[in-house]
Amino acid sequence: MNFLTITNVSKSFGGPPVVNDVSLDVARGEFFALLGASGCGKTTLLRMIAGFETPDSGAIRIDGEDMTMVPPHLRPTNMVFQSYAIFPHLNVFDNIAYGLRKLKLPKDALRAKVEAMLATVRLEGLGKRGADQLSGGQRQRVALARALMREPKILLLDEPLGALDKRLREAMQVELRAIQRKVGITFLLVTHDQEEALSLSDRVAVMHQGHILQVADPRSLYERPNCREVADFIGEINFFHATLREIAGASATVNAGLLGILTLPAANLAPGLKPGDHILLAIRPEHVRFADAGVVGEIAAATFLGARSHFHVKIAGRSEPVFVSGGAPPQGPVHLAFSPDRLIGLPTAG
Amino acid sequence: MKNKTLLLYAFAYLAFLYVPVLVLPVFSFNDSQFIAFPLSGFTTRWYAGLLADSALQHALGNSLKVGVVTALLSTLLGLTAARAVTRYRLRGTGAALGFISLPLFIPDIVLGLSLLMLLGAVGLPLSLAGVVLGHLLVCVPFALIVLIARFEGFDKNLEEASADLGEDGWMTFWRVTFPLMLPGIAASLLLTFITSFDEFLVAYFLSGTEATLPIYIWGQLRFPGRLPMVLALGAIILGASVALVVLAEYVRNLGVKKPMVGA
Ligand SMILES: Nc1ncnc2c1ncn2[C@@H]1O[C@H](COP(=O)(O)OP(=O)(O)OP(=O)(O)O)[C@@H](O)[C@H]1O
Ligand SMILES: [Mg+2]
Repeated sequence: MNFLTITNVSKSFGGPPVVNDVSLDVARGEFFALLGASGCGKTTLLRMIAGFETPDSGAIRIDGEDMTMVPPHLRPTNMVFQSYAIFPHLNVFDNIAYGLRKLKLPKDALRAKVEAMLATVRLEGLGKRGADQLSGGQRQRVALARALMREPKILLLDEPLGALDKRLREAMQVELRAIQRKVGITFLLVTHDQEEALSLSDRVAVMHQGHILQVADPRSLYERPNCREVADFIGEINFFHATLREIAGASATVNAGLLGILTLPAANLAPGLKPGDHILLAIRPEHVRFADAGVVGEIAAATFLGARSHFHVKIAGRSEPVFVSGGAPPQGPVHLAFSPDRLIGLPTAG
Repeated sequence: MKNKTLLLYAFAYLAFLYVPVLVLPVFSFNDSQFIAFPLSGFTTRWYAGLLADSALQHALGNSLKVGVVTALLSTLLGLTAARAVTRYRLRGTGAALGFISLPLFIPDIVLGLSLLMLLGAVGLPLSLAGVVLGHLLVCVPFALIVLIARFEGFDKNLEEASADLGEDGWMTFWRVTFPLMLPGIAASLLLTFITSFDEFLVAYFLSGTEATLPIYIWGQLRFPGRLPMVLALGAIILGASVALVVLAEYVRNLGVKKPMVGA
């Protein structure tokens, strides 16, 4: 059974809907990411799950109970805010113990519980620190510890690593994953960083202008995006216009203009495509290689990235360059080749 | 050269500000009926006279009562209004703020006169309660300005974080909003108290037979013989005001040291 179920939830703030007919299922214990560009409605959706906003329509259920109208302080969720929202008038210990008041623990038990949590987030010995005496990474841990302390059914994280520099962010990603495994709580993480979403999560939902476009595990999302927006958002990709000619058994034939007539596995086509449809063929830069024969092009720009480099190759009859990722190319004009197995067929719109 | 002129100017300015004020304590210890130089010896009899004056004590009591009630009410009203203005996007917020602040720009004499006529028209007797009403008009804008400034530096996620951690609106107020607003609340209480305590015109129109301290002092000025005693009273009020202002600044600075944002 699904643990968090969001059914046809919409929300607007007077204008067009910010969250538009979103349905989503998250399993117990899952590390789930909500990925999307800035302003696509991620925070709004998260705030509806936490109870800070009420959906205009639709329902939110957690562990079988309808939560749609339950106020935030009665929900089994806790949130790590984008701004961390550490209480400035309390020290680290009191911040972390804030949500435990109702348990009425004896002093020793409370101390032991908070100390254990401080150890989990590696803040041992910092309990007495004031909120204004913490580094960015430490604040992030305090916010995490404070939320985990209440053992929520779902932990909501709103771009928890967004304020950290790159190194710290990468270190915290590893730690966040380890903490999630240790506590076994369902994590719902909001991010606009696709690498973060792909490297941390069991599954990712890609959000675009208030809609969920695709929900899948990171590998499928990368290898089998279901539409142009997802393919574009997750890593770099080349698109070619083409027409679907026919689907015969396990293979499909397409007319790809300057690439010629190609045959690819029918499984690489997005569902719902029919012969005669105008489609987009997509291929990742690392699946295009320099060869002795094939489409002729010229290298317009190159970025050295260590073992692999990134090239923009101009080819005749196409205005955008083709992105190629690979080793050093031969001198002069180049030939581009790819295996048709790597092509993905996507609808042109929607 | 330029520095010297500036320094001179600064001294002249300070003298202009403080010499008249210092006249008060100086003459309050002067052993003479007449306010004139040269001074003629040290005495504390004017202060002793204050202790014996029951009318004065009654007026002081009235002023304290009005001041405390006004300070509490205007700070409470200011607190709720400031929270509404800073936390919710409401229609007409700008207009409402304008109307609330308007009494700041209406001369007190007009305010006092209109309230006097209003109370008369409604048939309410003149009393200290009327004075409190008048003072609220004057004090709520001050409270609002102080408290809005404090709320604006306050991350609203902090209150949401408290709700998220299981506290309802009331407990969130006591555990987060109130402690973080405390310096603003204290500053507002002191400011509105002082404003009410030395307000004369509105009180003069509305107090009826119950004099507040400024009205009492005004009445005493008709008797030249009692002038030194009024000076002694003025000196005490001056000392207390300075103490209050220092206290208010101290409390406000307590708040400045703690950042208001959770980030
Ligand atoms: N309280 C509000 N009132 C009016 N509009 C709002 C409100 N909250 C959000 N919006 C609008 O809704 C849209 C989505 O906002 P949201 O904060 O959900 O985006 P986001 O995906 O979290 O973006 P980011 O990555 O920048 O945090 C934005 O256009 C924003 O201006
Ligand atoms: Mg956001």
